Amino acid sequence: MSDKNDMNFEPTPVYPHSVPEKAARRHAEKITEDAVKNSSASSPNSDDPNGQYSLNDDRRVQVLSPGALVAKRFFRNRLAVTGMIILLAMFLFSFVGGLVSPYKQDQKFYRVDLQEKDYAGVQKNSDFVYTVADESLFKGPVQAQTLLNIMRGNESFEYNGSTYDLEKINDELYVITVGGKFVGLASKLTISAAGEAQNFSADFTRAALLAQANEEAEFTADGKTYKLDDEGSISEGGNEVAFVSEYSIRPLMSDVFLDKDFKTQLIEAVEKKDTSFVYTDKNGETFEYILSFDAPRNMWNVKQEKETRVFDSYSFPTKEHWLGTDRNGMDMLTRLMYGGRVSLIIGFIVVIIETVLGVIMGGISGYFGGWVDNLIMRIVDILYCIPSMPIIIILGAAMDAANVDPKIRMLYLMLILGILGWPSIARLVRGQILSLREQEFMTATESCGISVPKRIFKHLLPNVIPQLIVVMTMGLGSTIITEATLSFLGLGVRFPFASWGNIINDVNDTFVLTNYWFIWIPAGVLLLITVLAFNIVGDGLRDAFDPKMKR
Amino acid sequence: MWKYILKRVLLSVVILFFVAFIIYALMRCLPTSYIENMARQKSMQPGSKSFEEWMAQLAGAYNLDKDIIPGFFGWLGSMLRGDFGDSWKWTIPVVDEFNKTVWLSFVMGAVSFVLELIIAIPLGVIAATKQYSKTDYAISVIALAGISLPTFFFASLLKLVFSVKLGWFDLYGLVGRNYNQLNAWGQFLDKAHHLVLPIIVLVVVSMGSLMRYTRTNMLEVLNADYIRTARAKGLSERKVIYKHAFRNTLIPIVTIVGGSLPGLFAGALITETLFSIPGIGFASYQSMVAGDIPFSMFYLMFMAVLTLLGNLLADILYAVVDPRVRIS
Repeated sequence: MSDKNDMNFEPTPVYPHSVPEKAARRHAEKITEDAVKNSSASSPNSDDPNGQYSLNDDRRVQVLSPGALVAKRFFRNRLAVTGMIILLAMFLFSFVGGLVSPYKQDQKFYRVDLQEKDYAGVQKNSDFVYTVADESLFKGPVQAQTLLNIMRGNESFEYNGSTYDLEKINDELYVITVGGKFVGLASKLTISAAGEAQNFSADFTRAALLAQANEEAEFTADGKTYKLDDEGSISEGGNEVAFVSEYSIRPLMSDVFLDKDFKTQLIEAVEKKDTSFVYTDKNGETFEYILSFDAPRNMWNVKQEKETRVFDSYSFPTKEHWLGTDRNGMDMLTRLMYGGRVSLIIGFIVVIIETVLGVIMGGISGYFGGWVDNLIMRIVDILYCIPSMPIIIILGAAMDAANVDPKIRMLYLMLILGILGWPSIARLVRGQILSLREQEFMTATESCGISVPKRIFKHLLPNVIPQLIVVMTMGLGSTIITEATLSFLGLGVRFPFASWGNIINDVNDTFVLTNYWFIWIPAGVLLLITVLAFNIVGDGLRDAFDPKMKR
Repeated sequence: MWKYILKRVLLSVVILFFVAFIIYALMRCLPTSYIENMARQKSMQPGSKSFEEWMAQLAGAYNLDKDIIPGFFGWLGSMLRGDFGDSWKWTIPVVDEFNKTVWLSFVMGAVSFVLELIIAIPLGVIAATKQYSKTDYAISVIALAGISLPTFFFASLLKLVFSVKLGWFDLYGLVGRNYNQLNAWGQFLDKAHHLVLPIIVLVVVSMGSLMRYTRTNMLEVLNADYIRTARAKGLSERKVIYKHAFRNTLIPIVTIVGGSLPGLFAGALITETLFSIPGIGFASYQSMVAGDIPFSMFYLMFMAVLTLLGNLLADILYAVVDPRVRIS
């Protein structure tokens, strides 16, 4: 029923039965107006003890100021009230929400992730490994010849004018000599350092490998005596210096030294065909190592599984983060709150700039007329013709090139939007003033000798305010959309600041569009309902201010 | 009438002159490093001239070595002679690139405009005739929602639903993967298929304001005295609304529709960019972001001309359609 009442303000011949109602309504309005006059003359009757029983006009008809009438009409419009409630909720969400939220807008969250890093490679020596004692006589081609002759079972071969003798110790070890001179070894076993990495001399290698082959417990090389135990460990004076094994192990990570224990454990795991093992290093850190056999290269890859702290990016909604986290591991809900703050503040400032400029220019233009009016209106025409979106995009790109600070960038954005937006308000104000200044009350102000600024700002402009408020409310909505569009294109508000537009920006990544709805849909919905609410409220206000012009 | 049109055209030319000057000045006021960057990039390309030579050539070509005012007149002169220069981004003459892209934008704009008219005007009329009914509120809310809907969000939603979840359309682009294997009719259908989502976006986002405009004007007409007379004569409600009221509502609608005709060439910057449709909007967006001054200047001037043309057309149509308006 509440909506039906508004209808009575309009002549609606469609429903003849409403005419009496309308007349009654008009009557009531008239009384209300009288009552307003009365109440301003005489004080309200509340201090009169018998007042509540009196039947004066001002008792019978509720006393309402014009403002209150507008408010009453506004609150009768259910749609507009819904819009108002949405707006209020949005303001609370954006301005209070940021304070209530336990997180900061640029607080990053991390999660611990297990990452596998290539750690080492293990190769079983199925081929011969060569140890070179004399570089001039045991080069690559000679090594190839050696292998060839080992396969053929020859005991000597000639190459490049030298005769090489192959002395077979066992299947895995050959000693190569030229005329009795030791030049190199071909062996399937290798010697690795137990302590720090070091190179062993060829003599040492030969002695060690011979000892291993002959199962001797002791050998001497380079003037030192070494002990060799059953496991292939070589020690000097109780210190382990090296060990013999059929596996060659090399680290894949830089700055990594593989110690004996690790190697032993690794080889054990390889021989048992385990896929993983756990090893605690000297510093007491325990990692899991994962083994995988790489058949084409005939080697085992060892991966270290290490816990790493990474940005908790794109995590799905949880109890801690109700809307998940964004790409940088920031809490989405908090970002939305701060984003709303930025969007609303930019909207307000832009609309204020627009209105101030528009009212001043439109007021001057409408009041003075003549060449001033002409000039200002041509400026308005020119600004109207400048395509605003491309200009803002170009300026945004230029600011990108100039590396403008995000904060200053935001200020520029507001200024540009404000300066490009005032012409429509100036036109509206001018049109209103043109019609108002011909009315009697303006003639009265003139005859009273009121100064020109006072006439404009105290008598003319207040009459324009209803339309201004409507246009400003609608303008807020469209400004927020413009700002969001720019931020979406990456030309408006920039990281680290959040705005609803630049939150949705992530959608440009198709993977986010497809998989992470919680990143962009909430921001879009907030944007949509905020702008919708501004438009609905603006509409409601228009109806409330001017019931005859219900649009 | 002709005198009025002539006057308006002359005024438009003056306005255009100042708009051109402002756009030119704006371009000149951009940080100079911008042009230097371009020259640097160009000089980095294999087999290119040196940085200094490029700088000198660019500065000379765009009259950047002169002050703003002589530079402006130099640019204006060459533009009036039809010489818009070569696009930096597309490396072909600006006019060629414009010709290549504008027609697609026009087709897209025209189709969505027709759809918009077909949907918005009847809905607006229905809303007005059933004022304050549930239908009216529903239509008003739809119209307002259309106005409030951010293009990029709506486009993303459509992509998620129709491209990703349902798989009916491609996410980006104008042509499909096997476009070249199709015959002419298949190619046409392929393009049309790719234009469905962009056109839906354009229609939904822009129909709201026309719907509201129709409703407002229809309401105004319905409250006029001659409608009361028509009803008093005992005409059927159908006849009153569609013969008497609607025809009068058409006056402002024709005006506004005529005024937005030139805008069909303007392209849809955001929508085209979102769907990577190679129209004038997408081309100009890429040019602007890449700092392609010749093409951007041309596009801005083109947009300004379209706006002026639209206003002029609306005013003239107003006088033509409504015999009560007489322009002296």
